[in-house]
Amino acid sequence: MPTKPEATATAVASDSLFDVEELEVHYDLRGGSLARLFGRDTGVVRAVDGVSFQLRRGEVLGLVGESGSGKTTLGRALLGLVRPTSGAVRYHAGQGPVDIATSSNRELRGLRRELQMVFQDPNAALNPSMDIETAVGHPLKIHGIAKGAELRHRVADALERVGLAPAERYMSKYPSDLSGGQKQRAVLARAVILGPELLVADEPISMLDMSVRAKILELMLGLKADLGLTYVYITHDLASAKFFCDRVAIMYLGRIVEIGPTDEIFASPKHPYTKALLAAIPEPDPERMVPRDLPRGEIPDAAKPPMGCHFHPRCPEAVAQCGWESRDLRVLLEEHWTRRDPAAYEREGDLVGSLDKLDTPAKEATLGTGSSAAEVHQLLDRIRGEDPSEPLWSGVEEVVEGPDGVSVRFKAGVDPALRQSDGVEVACIHHPVSVTLEPARGDG
Amino acid sequence: MLSRLLGPIRSTTGTARWLLVAGVAITGVFVLMALLAPWITPTDFAQRSVDGVKLPKLASPSGEHWFGTNDQFYDIFSRVVWGARTALTVIVLSVLFSLVIGVVLGLVSGYVGGWTDRLLVFLTDALYAFPSLLLAIVFSFVLSNALGGGVVAAALSLTVVYIPQYFRVVRNTTVSAREATYVEAARAIGAKDTTIMSRYLFGNVVQSVPVIGTLNAADALATLAGLGFLGFGIQPNEAAEWGYDIERALDDAQAGVWWPAIFPGAAIALLVIGLTLIGEGLNETVNPALRRRRLQEVVMPARGLATSGVAAAGTADGTEGER
Amino acid sequence: MSVPTTASSGPVVRAEDVRVWYGTERGPVRAVDGVTFDLRPGEILGLVGESGCGKSTLGRGLLGLLPDGAKMDGALEFRGENLLTLSKRELAERRGVDLGMIFQEPLTRLNPLMRISEHFRETLRTHEPGLSKAEMDRRALDVLRRMGIPPTRYRSYPHEFSGGMRQRLMIALALVLRPAFVVADEPTTALDVLVEAQIIRILHDLRREFETSLLLITHNLGIVAEACDRVAVMYAGEIVEIGDARQVFSDPQHPYTRELLRSTISLSTTGLHYIPGAPPDLVEPPPACKFHPRCPDAMQVCATRWPAPVQLPAGSRAQCWAAEERNRLIRLTEDERRPLERRELSVADEA
Ligand SMILES: Nc1ncnc2c1ncn2[C@@H]1O[C@H](COP(=O)(O)OP(=O)(O)OP(=O)(O)O)[C@@H](O)[C@H]1O
Ligand SMILES: Nc1ncnc2c1ncn2[C@@H]1O[C@H](COP(=O)(O)OP(=O)(O)OP(=O)(O)O)[C@@H](O)[C@H]1O
Ligand code: SF4
Ligand SMILES: [Mg+2]
Ligand SMILES: [Mg+2]
Repeated sequence: MPTKPEATATAVASDSLFDVEELEVHYDLRGGSLARLFGRDTGVVRAVDGVSFQLRRGEVLGLVGESGSGKTTLGRALLGLVRPTSGAVRYHAGQGPVDIATSSNRELRGLRRELQMVFQDPNAALNPSMDIETAVGHPLKIHGIAKGAELRHRVADALERVGLAPAERYMSKYPSDLSGGQKQRAVLARAVILGPELLVADEPISMLDMSVRAKILELMLGLKADLGLTYVYITHDLASAKFFCDRVAIMYLGRIVEIGPTDEIFASPKHPYTKALLAAIPEPDPERMVPRDLPRGEIPDAAKPPMGCHFHPRCPEAVAQCGWESRDLRVLLEEHWTRRDPAAYEREGDLVGSLDKLDTPAKEATLGTGSSAAEVHQLLDRIRGEDPSEPLWSGVEEVVEGPDGVSVRFKAGVDPALRQSDGVEVACIHHPVSVTLEPARGDG
Repeated sequence: MLSRLLGPIRSTTGTARWLLVAGVAITGVFVLMALLAPWITPTDFAQRSVDGVKLPKLASPSGEHWFGTNDQFYDIFSRVVWGARTALTVIVLSVLFSLVIGVVLGLVSGYVGGWTDRLLVFLTDALYAFPSLLLAIVFSFVLSNALGGGVVAAALSLTVVYIPQYFRVVRNTTVSAREATYVEAARAIGAKDTTIMSRYLFGNVVQSVPVIGTLNAADALATLAGLGFLGFGIQPNEAAEWGYDIERALDDAQAGVWWPAIFPGAAIALLVIGLTLIGEGLNETVNPALRRRRLQEVVMPARGLATSGVAAAGTADGTEGER
Repeated sequence: MSVPTTASSGPVVRAEDVRVWYGTERGPVRAVDGVTFDLRPGEILGLVGESGCGKSTLGRGLLGLLPDGAKMDGALEFRGENLLTLSKRELAERRGVDLGMIFQEPLTRLNPLMRISEHFRETLRTHEPGLSKAEMDRRALDVLRRMGIPPTRYRSYPHEFSGGMRQRLMIALALVLRPAFVVADEPTTALDVLVEAQIIRILHDLRREFETSLLLITHNLGIVAEACDRVAVMYAGEIVEIGDARQVFSDPQHPYTRELLRSTISLSTTGLHYIPGAPPDLVEPPPACKFHPRCPDAMQVCATRWPAPVQLPAGSRAQCWAAEERNRLIRLTEDERRPLERRELSVADEA
């Protein structure tokens, strides 16, 4: 059985293929039609929010993260399939460096010979009304590389290379005649037929049945060895990333929170998010039991990311400076009420009043009314007393009773940047341990 | 490609098949009439005399004039047959024109988006909101000044009426297909916008167009007859046209002379029915939501031993797990 | 993992030789073909297998939710009562109260125009008429609380919830009637790892809080190892191995279970492994042992005679000649034992 080729890790030439600097990709939020009609600002989704990294020639870089963390968008930006809002994507092509972010559409079309992509859903990646021969050969035709018998010959070669042999059997088929795994093979054939440098594989196995996954991964390893490819492997599955990648970048809400050699990251994950992801993987190993402290909640809305460190609301290791704010207080109160009986909720809910005003991110939150201020204050103290270790409380500067109710003021937070720590780069206040805290990106 | 398109038609069953067969049969008769008109008619469409002998006026149907003659001394059978030629030519031309223009505009509008899209959607919506006969009248009026009152002018004025339908359907499917992964995949291999539209989108967005085409054909025929009836369509000296003939026959019909009106009228009705049947048949075939799969009866062979215990379980085909 | 079974109570669900076939133009699809198992009170049984092996069909069949054109036979008892002889209406009445279902895509199952509170009230009103409104709300808030959904969200609409919360809502809706038996069909497939872990934790805690028995259908062997007491491995419509989850995973008896475990990519994977070929077409499944064309252990006997399920000394029940032979439960002749030379399987046979 094939094993992960150790050679690649060492044979990696240190020269870089891509240098990505401070890349940002924002999507305009589609507001209601009314909002658009009146030209109201409907906000943006920061799908990729300031990402810098280097991609080395010949390596497999994994982009790992939950849904909506911006993995696909980053992959598309590498290929120029989406226009970055700002930042640079420098590609070191054979004929000198090019910035994909500012290239014209025509230049990009030329570059597509060297940069290719494989998509998550093999059922959607092939034109349903185009047969396999035409589909796989189309790149050659578009770039005017081959036609006629030569084209056919090269298509047959590519199909057989990806295991669709004998090729004649598949050439006249349509995508609907093939199984998921076979379609993904055809997509791979189309991607490698131009002999590219880089292949961005966007969750190439996640839609496939588990018994086919290993086959496709094996095929990808074989193609890499044969054709000297560089891979960007996008996945939300840490297990396959661990097996497949030389380096991994863990993404959260449009940012890389940890990046480094695979072995290092899996052996000693540093960022709390990486730790959480690793702990959450259910393993078919009877010796490993149900984990412990899972982070609470879900990935927040990328249009309104948390202040400070984006991960702080879910972070089990968060501390005072992590960026606590009004929305965290709402979560805390709601969580408290899931532990109380309905009558108590009724009483306390009335006391505190509507929580909707906490939804606007702010460093100060007001609860209750002037007349109920003292009681609300008591309630907060009681909640704090129930679980004094809750990190939110460490981030509270002061709680004061005022004419409009109780106002909770939070301490200023820091938004940690990626910093070197023991061979990996981590964006967490706890790393590296020795560095004194300085606000890297203020959160206002 | 063609066999893929025809696939669902061959697999039709039940109602859909009958609709199709009946429609094709009826329409086929008219197509034959149109093609063979010069050979099966006793006279030309605007011929008042045969070998110097003037035809009778308003002669009732007889062995000589099967459908009789009308007030213009024309042989009605000849007029009906030649009328089929006119009707089908106009239908084919107008459907073809509006289909080509509507599909291309819809594709471009849906793919390019932005202001082009908004403008085209606005224009076609405006056209669509107009009563179709009124629109046809306006355009035939404008076009007959430029092109004369011939078949082409009539076809073009109908074309304008039907463009919005193709445009809407194609544009809307294109807008959703544009987001499909295979379109992004096409961009990823370096395809130009024109290539994407022609090779990746076209084949996937025109699937419902043939249905609209046949349904429109029936409607176009009715509109054409309406134009003729109101005197706007094809001029009588250009070609035989059923609507015009009915209009001429109205006064006589009130006087009890039924044949000059009934035969062109029946021709219109029959051809409309034929085309509509084809359209509905195609619709049921192409549109899987309308198609009902027939339930297949399942026969399970009885188990050898239905007693308790795991060991009694046999294989599905009845052979027991022996040991 | 210990199962909190009260010694006196029998199984909640007892399925014996259950078959579910679908009619198609090509002939019957034998989606479930002779399945036998028990489910004890408060127990979680994991159901795993490759795509198309009949997991969902079995799950739906147990609840009487099969589409028209499907036929089911065998014996299916719920607390000693035969479900197969019940009329459609009687079955519908049981559903919800006694039998619950959790689907994969929660949004399509929730009415977008109804508040969460209305969903709960309607469910309770249909199945337990006579409850006062306050009582209904109390019940609903109680389950929601256990699912970690705050009471502040009780009056929200489905679209105002995230994917994970919606799945928890679905679970809460299924549990508010306190059914004794719930089928969860891939409840976490659409969710992220962290949320998945939260839901698995909730499902795992269910039995303690509600005494509910659960049939958990999943692709993910890890989930089974983590959340289930027992596991049933399905292949081509049959349960080829069933037993204690830890025991089956640490010492798989059926070659299919073994190969399935080996081909799963996990954190400890160091080499790729896969089962050649694809699951068979269930209209014409292979004769005898349905796994024999893909089985690395296949012998002559495997292609000629069907292996009946047998209880193995290790504790699990499996249907495999090699397992029986290995455990010395049977003596095969020299001829029968001869390895089956396998046809080369190519990508063409791949799923
Ligand atoms: N075309 C688009 N228009 C608007 N927003 C978008 C678009 N594509 C992605 N987004 C948003 O950008 C964010 C990042 O999306 P992206 O698809 O890159 O995430 P991902 O990590 O690939 O997630 P997944 O695992 O679900 O594929 C999400 O919040 C998403 O909703
Ligand atoms: N309504 C139906 N009519 C005919 N065949 C069906 C029908 N539903 C399912 N099948 C077939 O029955 C078999 C079992 O399907 P089922 O959905 O139970 O599999 P599954 O194990 O749940 O698969 P998956 O993991 O992909 O959900 C498949 O071969 C499928 O094609
Ligand atoms: S800075 Fe580190 S500890 Fe604080 S929230 Fe972010 S990740 Fe957690
Ligand atoms: Mg993605
Ligand atoms: Mg299923």
